Amino acid sequence: MIKIPFLRDGPGRRAPLINASILRSTFERRAVLIGAVQGGIGVLLALRLGYLAIAENEKYRLESESNRVNLTLIPPRRGWILDRDGAPLASNRADFRVDLIPERLRNADDTVDRLGVLLALEPARIADIKDRVKTSRGFAPVEVASGLNYEQFAALSVRLPDLPGVVPQRGFSRFYPTASSVGHLIGYVGPASAEEYEKDPNPILITPGYKIGKDGLEKQFEKNLRGVPGARRVEVTAGGRIVRDLETREDVQGAPIRLTIDGPLQDYAARRIGLESGSVVVMDCQTGDLLCMASMPSFDPNSFSDGIGGVEYAMLREDERVPLRNKVLQGLYPPGSTIKPMHCMAFLRAGVKPTETIVCGGGRRIGNRFFNCHSSHGVVDMNKAIAQSCDSYFYHFAQAVGFDAVADMASLFGMGKQFELPVNSQFFGTVPNAAWKEKKFGRPWEPFDTVNASIGQGYYLASPLQLAVQSARLATGKAIKPRLIIDGKADEAPAFDFSPDNIAFIRQAMSDVVNGAGTARRAQLPLPDVKMAGKTGTAQVVSLSISDGRSGPWKYRDHGLFVFFAPFDNPRYAGAVVIEHGGGSGSAYPIARDVMTFMFDPQKGLDALRALEQQWGGTAQQRLEQRYAAYAAERGAAVKPAPRREQEIFDQVEAEARVAARQSEAIASDAIVPRDEANAAIPPADSTAPVAEPQPQSAPAPTPPQLEVSE
Amino acid sequence: MNTATARGIVPAPIARQPWEMLIPLVLLTTFGGLVLYSAGGGAMQPFAQSHFIRFAVFSVMTAIIASLPREAVRVLTYPGYLVVLLMLLGVEIVGQVGGGSQRWLEFGPIRIQPSELMKPAVVLAMARFYETLPNGLIGTWRSAVPSGMLIALPIGLVLLQPDLGTSVAIAFGGVVVMFLAGLPLWWFMSAAGVAIAAAPLAYFFALRDYQRARVTTFLDPENDPLGAGYHIAQSKIAIGSGGIFGKGFNNGTQSHLNYLPEPHTDFVFATMAEEWGLIGGVFVLTMYALILRWGWKVASESQDRFCALLAAGATATIFFYIAINLLMVMGMAPAKGIPLPWMSHGGSSMMTNMICIGLLMMVNRWNAAAPRRGLTG
Repeated sequence: MIKIPFLRDGPGRRAPLINASILRSTFERRAVLIGAVQGGIGVLLALRLGYLAIAENEKYRLESESNRVNLTLIPPRRGWILDRDGAPLASNRADFRVDLIPERLRNADDTVDRLGVLLALEPARIADIKDRVKTSRGFAPVEVASGLNYEQFAALSVRLPDLPGVVPQRGFSRFYPTASSVGHLIGYVGPASAEEYEKDPNPILITPGYKIGKDGLEKQFEKNLRGVPGARRVEVTAGGRIVRDLETREDVQGAPIRLTIDGPLQDYAARRIGLESGSVVVMDCQTGDLLCMASMPSFDPNSFSDGIGGVEYAMLREDERVPLRNKVLQGLYPPGSTIKPMHCMAFLRAGVKPTETIVCGGGRRIGNRFFNCHSSHGVVDMNKAIAQSCDSYFYHFAQAVGFDAVADMASLFGMGKQFELPVNSQFFGTVPNAAWKEKKFGRPWEPFDTVNASIGQGYYLASPLQLAVQSARLATGKAIKPRLIIDGKADEAPAFDFSPDNIAFIRQAMSDVVNGAGTARRAQLPLPDVKMAGKTGTAQVVSLSISDGRSGPWKYRDHGLFVFFAPFDNPRYAGAVVIEHGGGSGSAYPIARDVMTFMFDPQKGLDALRALEQQWGGTAQQRLEQRYAAYAAERGAAVKPAPRREQEIFDQVEAEARVAARQSEAIASDAIVPRDEANAAIPPADSTAPVAEPQPQSAPAPTPPQLEVSE
Repeated sequence: MNTATARGIVPAPIARQPWEMLIPLVLLTTFGGLVLYSAGGGAMQPFAQSHFIRFAVFSVMTAIIASLPREAVRVLTYPGYLVVLLMLLGVEIVGQVGGGSQRWLEFGPIRIQPSELMKPAVVLAMARFYETLPNGLIGTWRSAVPSGMLIALPIGLVLLQPDLGTSVAIAFGGVVVMFLAGLPLWWFMSAAGVAIAAAPLAYFFALRDYQRARVTTFLDPENDPLGAGYHIAQSKIAIGSGGIFGKGFNNGTQSHLNYLPEPHTDFVFATMAEEWGLIGGVFVLTMYALILRWGWKVASESQDRFCALLAAGATATIFFYIAINLLMVMGMAPAKGIPLPWMSHGGSSMMTNMICIGLLMMVNRWNAAAPRRGLTG
């Protein structure tokens, strides 16, 4: 039937006659053809159906399951960070929170604005969120708010159908009870950045509400603290509505870590620093446990955990007291006279007798040049040299024994060294010697270098942590190693080969600094049975021609330092206080005194602090919040957003810390003219009255330091 | 049936009916109702009930059409075509006045889509035209131009709506009639050649963005899994996940959880296949095959040209719906709003297909009344 015969109808041929019968047979042939084509399509459809339903059944069944079943990860509760007594320094708080998934938003700005109205967010916060939504990769959640109350949460939940990409949920957020007091030590948490997710493409990282450690111990112990996420399997519609729960697996909370830090002491020390910029380190002399590592001013890690706001960041950046720098580890200062007892240990070891004397006539000739002392001390032995901080004595004996011997002793005491601690960044500082200077500057070691270094000036640089460690080592005669985490018993520190007599001698001399005829008599503990030993230090940062070190622009003032241990005859605690540009050691040792008072008699310590905080206008945290409110009101609209990557902030802070540490290098190229250790130049009668002086910086001016002066 | 008639068990008026088509049709519609029951969330409302009611109403219409006398149909064909054409024009005018594109006219509570009526109307008009065309003129321009106009006018109006799918369906019915009328084969071949050559031009210049998107999505569905390709992907998941025996009545997750778009209209076959599996799919295909086979049988048994062409054209129109819809849901044709006859929820397509069935039954009745007399036309 179906032969090629249709083709004879081709253009080349004329059909001679077309009649009904030809048309009928054409119809029938063509009908068969169309029927065949239709049958063919029918067979094709049947085959295709069979292929989809049989051969590809497995694949499509899986796809249908993955459509239907939605796996929601439940962020694990983070492990707590505890102080040495088990009190939480970082815990978790159950709360209601809201996040955005940028790639699911229909109209980002509009959605954020609506959320802003619903949740009554500040304009600065709204601007931050918009900025973050714009710059984030679409999949990474952006936190809108946490700590919502139930009414806000419910109001938002009912509007969800109009707000795609908005994820409200119950969860836990990180909580730091002592806030800014532990900012630098503990660090903070935040949502994983796109880079972190690319490095570790674990879906938990982009689960809304999940935070990872960004800084400090939170970052160091991320693996321990993280925990195991829970999961909830639910059946969902295409629109995302949950039809029913299929299965839930609870999360496993991360393991806690226990620090050697004494929480109340840390908080006390941080608050006691007051309006100054500085740090307090306290160690346990037996175990090396770090009891306190306070660095102020600081930031509030609670407010950082939902992302660092632009206003907040601008305020912290513009503050010349650098609240973002952990000064315990990243602050480097010329140690000044605080290393004098340690240098004495070097002299003793080199054979100098404690009874050997020199004459200080307001200075001393070394070689063919006369170097000034801050005072004229007359006949000076070792005890008097420490107690009254006579520079001439150190010029003489450093020159006599050679500074290399002194530098070796400094290294032994941990100066210029890093310690094995779980911290992100730790500066080593410098113990200068001839080889170092030659290598660094290509210039030979000169007598004035010995003179400068012998009193802890010149190129000498140390961190507060190093000062505390050297103080502990000096107090005990053992190579105490600082420890931050309680994991088993501390190792017994090996003893140095110092004679007990020498150790006892230094202890006595340092006690005399405080309790005898020394430079820090106002540092005596107001306790009948505990005596503190210590050594003051005043580190100059600019030459006398620029500033007298006590007044004028803040950044030219002398650093105030104090190292200490107590009780002096059987040391339990040792530490260091460094106040940046405090105007001399008088800014440091009252803090050490109060911190140690708190250590032995908390009530007495707190009474002293409360009186001070009334003058200052509240606790450190309260003042931080007031400053933020004032700053936001003034500058709110005109700030640049914070860097998107925390690493940029860290790098910047660290780079600036390195620059700051070199401030004193400028005056190291010649001999220093030492200033009075005890700041006796300030009239004692005025000691409590505010000193009127210009405040060049725009940041809210602190009231002038309350200097305490020895008579 | 013949045996039943012979025994006198079944009364003749009932035995005379084309049960070989009616039984599959009723089974298919009932099955469609079941699927719509499931698509409606396991309830008669909102889909299944109106599906059954429509089928009942249109069955009456079908019976009326089937009983029309031959002369009346011959007389009424052209006026009927003209009326539908005017209605199409009316749609355009109302659309222009109303300031928006629409596809239907409203007469009180009834909403009529003239483009649907046009499908059988074109087939009727074409059959009538070739019946009256003298045999000798086949192959000359007079055999093609007037009939071409009969197709082109409604297509033009429907394209203006714009409704590409329906215009292609109208063209398909008309061209099948032309082909069967015996026009020279090389005309069709050249036309197909021109169409292939013009396709890219049409793609770039004539199609609207959404139509173009459908074509590109069809050619490369993975390209856009959440956009236009989403429909076809979800449909394939529904069919494939059903397997051989399906997930069971009312247990389809793709349809019940809204992953499948339009589970009650365009993608009703996927809804069915998910729950009834390959078995259900083969059943549906078999029912369609039986109905279409009967259609061709009616065409081949026709005594005259008008009946033959009308029956073939009506069958082709029904086939077009089935083929395009099934090719689409199985991912072998671009997504287009063409429903599946007697299964999809929707009045317009039900009406068109029932009119076609009515025309076929009418021809079938004429055939039975006057058996074929040989070579007369």
